[in-house]
Amino acid sequence: MSRVRNWLVAFGRFWWDFLVGDTPEVTVGVLVVLAITFALRHVGAADDVLVPVAVAALLAASAWRATRRRPAPPAE
Amino acid sequence: MSSSTWLLALAVFGACTVEAVEALTIVLAAGVTRGWRSAIEGTVVALVVLAALVGAVGVPLVHYVPIAALRTVVGALLLVLGLQWLRKAVLRASGHKALHDEDAIYAETVRELSGGRSSGRDAMGFTVAFKGVFLEGMEVVLIVLTLGASARRLGVAAAAAGAAVVLVTAVGLTVARQLSEVPENTIKTFVGIMLTSFGVFWTGEGIGVHWPGSDLWILALVGMFLLLTLVLVAGLRRRVEEAPPPAAVPTGRSASPVPGTVESWPSAEG
Repeated sequence: MSRVRNWLVAFGRFWWDFLVGDTPEVTVGVLVVLAITFALRHVGAADDVLVPVAVAALLAASAWRATRRRPAPPAE
Repeated sequence: MSSSTWLLALAVFGACTVEAVEALTIVLAAGVTRGWRSAIEGTVVALVVLAALVGAVGVPLVHYVPIAALRTVVGALLLVLGLQWLRKAVLRASGHKALHDEDAIYAETVRELSGGRSSGRDAMGFTVAFKGVFLEGMEVVLIVLTLGASARRLGVAAAAAGAAVVLVTAVGLTVARQLSEVPENTIKTFVGIMLTSFGVFWTGEGIGVHWPGSDLWILALVGMFLLLTLVLVAGLRRRVEEAPPPAAVPTGRSASPVPGTVESWPSAEG
């Protein structure tokens, strides 16, 4: 039983690292952009340039954010 | 073949080249330290499993899943993958992240595995080679499945991946080195641009966006993300150059950001 559980945990961790990893803002950002676009299209208000522009902004913001991170202070 | 099919094949070929270089480094280390028989067996078994995955998942995807739903989900996956690749490549090209060092990875793997070379079967050599090829290959499988299924070109995508594996293996074995000269970050940058462009295109198609020029719009997206990448690399590189030098570099670990690793781009590694 514990073997199955370990396998499931490892499987879940693999996909989490693969799709989220250390860039949760990318995964969440993509989902938010698509949800907003889908909702706007549903009411006929979405522009076709929305997805490319939003994705470009997401990339710039994520890269910029990564360069602002400070390394953790050394443990004492 | 249409221009979008060529772009698709190029994206898969580039992605598979990068992952194959990383996998070959591990296989070479396993072969040199634990014996070639087990390393080759582990590699072959992993490749067979990966090919079976493409067939088992890809064929039903193409034939049974509605195209709009497939393109939305697959496009979202491509977007996440593409943005992750592109973000990492931008950070490496601008000097905010250390470059991938195949020589260092090879040396470390050899050190971890040394002391048990055998001419027969070796469980550790098999496992390390299998794991290396399988894990690196999973990303390629996902890219082949997503790009191939959404464009209804699974065969082209699989053939491009196969060609990259053959090319990298042939070059790696011929020159007998750890392929550290391959411009990995440059390839990764262009693959990231193409995956992101295809991701935007397919999700748009899936949720009902009508792109001007149809498939040709992919080229416009590629151009837009290429331009954005160049601007980002230039802007972030300036931040590294303007940053004051660190007071002290901690020993035994790489500092981040990585001063002194700024290289010209797109020839960041080659």
